[in-house]
Amino acid sequence: MENTTTNNISSGVNNLDLNDKDTFINEFGGLVTNNGHANDEIVIKMSEVSKWYGNFQVLTNCTAHVHKGDVVVVCGPSGSGKSTLIKTVNGLEPFQKGQILVNGVSVGDPKTNLPKLRSQVGMVFQHFELFPHLTILDNLTVAQIKVLGRKEGDAKQKAMSYLDRVGLSTQAPKYPAELSGGQQQRVAIARALSMNPVAMLFDEPTSALDPEMIQEVLDVMIELAREGMTMMCVTHEMGFASQVANRIIFMDEGHIVENCSKDEFFAGAKSDRAQAFLSKILNH
Amino acid sequence: MSLSTELATAYPGLLGGMLTTLKVLGLAIVGGIGLGTILALMRLSGIKALEIPAKLYVNYFRSVPLLLVLLWFYFAVPMVYFWITGKYLLLDTAFTSCVVAFMVFEAAYFSEVVRAGIQSIGSGQVNAARALGMNYKQTMSLIILPQAFRKMLPLLLQQCIILFQDTTLVFAIGVTDFFRAAYVRGELMGLLTPYILGAGAVYFVISLAASIGVQRLQRRFRF
Repeated sequence: MENTTTNNISSGVNNLDLNDKDTFINEFGGLVTNNGHANDEIVIKMSEVSKWYGNFQVLTNCTAHVHKGDVVVVCGPSGSGKSTLIKTVNGLEPFQKGQILVNGVSVGDPKTNLPKLRSQVGMVFQHFELFPHLTILDNLTVAQIKVLGRKEGDAKQKAMSYLDRVGLSTQAPKYPAELSGGQQQRVAIARALSMNPVAMLFDEPTSALDPEMIQEVLDVMIELAREGMTMMCVTHEMGFASQVANRIIFMDEGHIVENCSKDEFFAGAKSDRAQAFLSKILNH
Repeated sequence: MSLSTELATAYPGLLGGMLTTLKVLGLAIVGGIGLGTILALMRLSGIKALEIPAKLYVNYFRSVPLLLVLLWFYFAVPMVYFWITGKYLLLDTAFTSCVVAFMVFEAAYFSEVVRAGIQSIGSGQVNAARALGMNYKQTMSLIILPQAFRKMLPLLLQQCIILFQDTTLVFAIGVTDFFRAAYVRGELMGLLTPYILGAGAVYFVISLAASIGVQRLQRRFRF
């Protein structure tokens, strides 16, 4: 399912309706709009999220909405807080101020059943984090059986179908150490998908891969995006972003600097910081 | 009396002693690792009310001699049993108290090994398990502890070999383990020195064989 709404902004920044209350230039000179969403239904709603490690503030007033079917790329220089931001979405990192709603459920609320919420949001990590003591098949079935309560037969069937989708069904009886990095990451994606999540979070999924293996992982992610999965990706792969994303969030030093549609971002990101970042990344 | 006749006559007593040694060893290992794992989890829990008692326990029992703990339990266990139940402990008091003493003592040592093992598993594994929706119990039992034990197996086995040698201390409270059986027989036959040396040789051979086995195991898992 292609994102058809981006066609409205084909001429980039020039069509911006500055009377729209959701469109403005923020304190950093960055562009914030509400354009380019795939859908009207909000899946992830972050409002004024702030986080401190002791006295050091790592996230400041981060506000972002991820709609159903959106592919949001979160980019920015090292230390900007992008990984931290994405880890607050499923509660792996706590936060002290603000609110995050996933499908209407508040992540920060102490009464929320966090394991249940996490089982509905898939996450893929930079270092794959497959369970080394389990076979590939068991990696995919252990959470299905123990967390979702599926029967072993159903879980195995589902696991094999997702392994097939990422092209690795023959590897099912092997152990993670026997697979290459690219294969392990594809298994990790299949593992997250086998839980049938409402959204997928990617934390620099290709950063730890040798260059020749990056594309096989990106191909899986591109196909996932084309099928309409709601995705939030922290990545440096701007090629992937320009191809498949419909929204870009640019972060710097714990702040969301740019938060707009992909076309708006690439056509004319306003802030100095975003422009400096883009010039460095796109030229290498 | 010739050597073979002597050994043939002594054999049942020695075997009984070895069986006792192995019984004490087995129970101490199971109880020690079980309690040790609980202590390790308490220390890593992040809850001060659990961390502090566990830390005090481990530091205390690693700072006192095993002989002292054995004697303390030998006198204390029947008394505590009487206070709780009002009855006299009719079981083999010495055996029960020494098993409890070993479990309690070894748990402190095993808990340090298990704690190191758990901490050596990177936080990424915990994140991955939690991201899939596993709770604390599932994360520990399905993902972290299996990996930690595989990693710590050589160290745990080494601790077991030390424990095997430590079982000889039950001599002090009259439990007939292999060493005491050899000692008593030797005293009886006026062959004390040969029997002590012989018993020493048995412990040596078993411990050495086990140590070599552990080293082989370590090499196998180093890939």
